[in-house]
Amino acid sequence: MTASSNDMKSSRRAFLRGALAAGGTVAGASMAKAAGPDPLITEVQPWASGLGEGVDATPYGLPIKFESDVVRRNVEWLTADVISSINFTPIHALDGTITPQGCAFERHHSGAIELSKKDYRLMINGLVDRPLVFTYEDLERFPREQHVYFCECAANTGMEWAGAQLNGAQFTHGMIHNMEYTGVPLRTLLAEAGLDAAGDLSDKWVYVEGADASSNGRSIPMDKALDDVLVAFKANGEALRMEHGYPARLVVPGWEGNMWVKWLRRIEVADGPVESREETSKYTDTMADGTSRKWTWVMDAKSVITSPSPQAPIRHGKGPLVITGLAWSGRGAITRVDVTVDGGKTWQQARLAAPGQPMALTRFYVDHNWDGEEMLLQARAHDETGYVQPTKTQLREIRGLNSVYHNNCIQTWWVKPSGEAENVEIS
Amino acid sequence: TPSDGPLGIGRVALPEEVTAWDVDVRPDGTGLPVGSGNVLDGDELFQNACAACHGVFAEGVDNWPKLAGGEGTLNRDDPLKTVGSYWPYVSTVWDYVHRSMPFGNAQSLSADDVYAITAYILYSNDLVDDDFVLSNENFTEVTLPNVDGFFVDDRDTVELPVFSQEPCMENCKETVEITMRATVLDVTPDQTAAREAFQAEEAAEAAAEAETT
Repeated sequence: MTASSNDMKSSRRAFLRGALAAGGTVAGASMAKAAGPDPLITEVQPWASGLGEGVDATPYGLPIKFESDVVRRNVEWLTADVISSINFTPIHALDGTITPQGCAFERHHSGAIELSKKDYRLMINGLVDRPLVFTYEDLERFPREQHVYFCECAANTGMEWAGAQLNGAQFTHGMIHNMEYTGVPLRTLLAEAGLDAAGDLSDKWVYVEGADASSNGRSIPMDKALDDVLVAFKANGEALRMEHGYPARLVVPGWEGNMWVKWLRRIEVADGPVESREETSKYTDTMADGTSRKWTWVMDAKSVITSPSPQAPIRHGKGPLVITGLAWSGRGAITRVDVTVDGGKTWQQARLAAPGQPMALTRFYVDHNWDGEEMLLQARAHDETGYVQPTKTQLREIRGLNSVYHNNCIQTWWVKPSGEAENVEIS
Repeated sequence: TPSDGPLGIGRVALPEEVTAWDVDVRPDGTGLPVGSGNVLDGDELFQNACAACHGVFAEGVDNWPKLAGGEGTLNRDDPLKTVGSYWPYVSTVWDYVHRSMPFGNAQSLSADDVYAITAYILYSNDLVDDDFVLSNENFTEVTLPNVDGFFVDDRDTVELPVFSQEPCMENCKETVEITMRATVLDVTPDQTAAREAFQAEEAAEAAAEAETT
């Protein structure tokens, strides 16, 4: 251990002692008066005197250790094993809209595979003029586009259908990430293979599958394939992470995350859907009468307050409080978010940090003056089609309790006078 | 040779390459290779390659998927969704087993193996007799019980009009009661691990400091 890091740690002791001496006045609502001079100010701190790390210390950096709780987490009992499973983005601790890739959620069906650019191949076959094989280098030669989109797992909030189960926005709403993608429109690749052989395109489909053992094959109608689907190779400026499909994945704006096929290896043009496992056994939504919806592709408008929330309690006492959260819609741009602090008796419009972008996360804020009493916090998203995020009761009246997927209900956090928050359902 | 497409990027896929990767099977049997397998052979294959997770009778072990049973449960509180009770098409069974099973050793089964295992799964669901032989020729004659159990997404007609009303903003309700709490269930992973690790580090540092001063 170096001398300077020892200094740093003794200073942390001094800080703790200083905070104790100050007598906890930081929790007051009115402007606090210091009991005495703050040693963090009056004493020269080691970081203001000694040296920090050199520029050669960290060729590719990770977050500072004090942020070690801002990580992906999994819930063991949800799945039979950790290979075909899910983990959760720490949305309770993030702000803005872009998800850091290193803590962006993962969902695999046969694990995160390691596929080099050298070994990568993408095939287009089926009803095309010429079946083609592309290398990774080929992909980078096509004209590119950039877009920011959310990827939300169809099962996000799925554990909450029957009631309030998991205590934290990370767990109830964290099967989501939002990145800036660079890639090639799928329509450009299809044009390279030629669609004349497919004839009338209105009843044609593409079947997409990954290079992993699960394959995750899904059928997509041709009009979506030719509209805004991307074959992406960069996210948030750099190559995709291994666990997010390196070196190439499908980006399917607004549609359920399962269709965002990772490690994309094949695109087949066909005159019908394959009805694969991932669109029959899974990603079909069972209604109360026992029949099931299929092809529920779009993710409806949804929102959640990320702070305060069970993992982000209020620690500063009453007074100014930032209430913040995320809203999104697969139908288009978010136009408005309403927030209530009294369980829905009265609502106010939140402030959007930036105008909503189609099929991307939108950040909202309410600058609140907390009186220290309990609150029942909810947010309600509106999108450009006029769709308003429903309550769980409204959804249950139509769907029952067993549809597993597509739970976009309004979430309630019960904030207690202590500042702690809990996941609840209310009347 | 470069593609003849508009940009001339990529090359034409060879038939052997397409055959190797394009193995999907559709409900009408499109994509099925020639072959066959019977229930008895499927039983033996299943016990060797599948039963450790899916059970001797395809009834599932622990939290692993159940492939049989659950008939008539889809409209109940806790439906059991299996090949017999839920899946619409046998083609999906054949395709998924062939491509992605066994878990951890996928694409290790021959076409005849997959016909036999599919026959055994049908038998486990009481859908065929024990002398049944499944082949590419009789494949489309097998219909699963829930083939008509699915309908195309109707949210645009059933939900969108209901959820597109201008909502209440003031005096929306007189009282609010909490009806369910997550902490009563207490199934959330422990969030204290990070805090405890930090506190342990602090304690260790304090102890080290005490020794050296």
